[in-house]
Amino acid sequence: MLDKIGIAKRIAKEVKDGYYVNLGIGIPTLVANYIPEGVNVTLQSENGMLGMGPFPFEGEEDPDLINAGKQTITEVAGTSYFDSALSFGMIRAGKVDLTILGAMEVSENGDIANWKIPGKMVKGMGGAMDLVAAAKNIIVAMQHVNKAGESKLLPECSLPLTGVKCVKKIVTELAVLEVVPGKGFILLERAPGVTVEEIQKATAGKLIIEGEIPEMVID
Amino acid sequence: MNKVVENAEVAIADIKDGAVIMLGGFGLCGIPENCINALVKQGTKELTCISNNAGVDDFGIGLMLKTRQVKKMISSYVGENAEFERQLLSGELEVELIPQGTLATRCMAAAYGMPAVWVKAGVGTEVAIGKEVRQFDGEDFLLEMAFKAQFSIVKAWKGDTHGNLVFRKTTRNFNMPMAMAGQITIAEVEELVPAGSLDPDHIHVPGIYIHRIFQGKNYEKRIEQRTTRK
Repeated sequence: MLDKIGIAKRIAKEVKDGYYVNLGIGIPTLVANYIPEGVNVTLQSENGMLGMGPFPFEGEEDPDLINAGKQTITEVAGTSYFDSALSFGMIRAGKVDLTILGAMEVSENGDIANWKIPGKMVKGMGGAMDLVAAAKNIIVAMQHVNKAGESKLLPECSLPLTGVKCVKKIVTELAVLEVVPGKGFILLERAPGVTVEEIQKATAGKLIIEGEIPEMVID
Repeated sequence: MNKVVENAEVAIADIKDGAVIMLGGFGLCGIPENCINALVKQGTKELTCISNNAGVDDFGIGLMLKTRQVKKMISSYVGENAEFERQLLSGELEVELIPQGTLATRCMAAAYGMPAVWVKAGVGTEVAIGKEVRQFDGEDFLLEMAFKAQFSIVKAWKGDTHGNLVFRKTTRNFNMPMAMAGQITIAEVEELVPAGSLDPDHIHVPGIYIHRIFQGKNYEKRIEQRTTRK
């Protein structure tokens, strides 16, 4: 079974040289720390920045320089700034190669729910709806089951949707799965020490198991 | 042409109860601190505020929520504000949550003189309810209307006496599209310089969009999430 860092490390392998990537809050943010050497990516922060760098050293925080999670950050060589309209313009136009975000539920159709729990949580969707409607490649980083032990990979989402038929891949503490609308969750890899039966048990939606399922390789 | 006003109090004096206003910034980054404080002081009520966020409990738009000056918020993300949540759950505050890109683009549409735009965000979700849908190249899009705001209030780094604005780092955010979207735009700047002092090639918002400008004071520039590395 993977911890959060394990999930981030596995997703980091999906990032290719030259990609423009948007990372959501939580586990996705950690992915930036594990991108393999020699793979150069540019991080997009939807509040208006390309070329997001690491957190600043203490004493060097700049209130005028934050990411979409409102955290203080830094520039890298080649950084550019722009406004929110242009930022979502480039997202909408499909210029961002990969979006990695968290989810509360994903359906076997690739629908995603991650912004609202009626009566409980009403913080808003932020940029998530725009990102999932536009990105060519969307990877979800999440736990396989919720805190109540219920599967988050469902035949249909029960929570209000963020987007439809958009999730391409899911990486959880148990598995890597591809989502094919009309088919279901195709099991690609098992986390170290996890059996296919355990993954099956934690997956409420249709799980497709074809042949021998390899164990993930994580450095 | 005289766009320069003395201070925030003068700049916002004619904003009346019930007005629809836009407020720039992202989180607490680049918010028009002086004008928010002046609105609190003036006590203007029943406001509809179009702003990506609603501040925090004791800063930014949170200050106007505390004094119950806001009737309705139109935002994309309103977390990290307990008073906001309380007013929302008790029904005192009306809230319209819309996707962040749609929010920005509805400003852009107003700025560019377009009545509406077609966007994909929210298709198949509750955001689409009641909206016109049209297919382009086999894909569904929602019709989203340009905002109509009587006032836009933004904050820039530098501005000149003609209203030309320059921003710093990620403060361009919603300040730029909103600066261009209001019927009357008020800009507060950290440094106000005479026309001709800014490099014309480096101006982010041309002065034609700006109606009132003043040099703000005592900027607190609060950081919401101070994150550092060792």
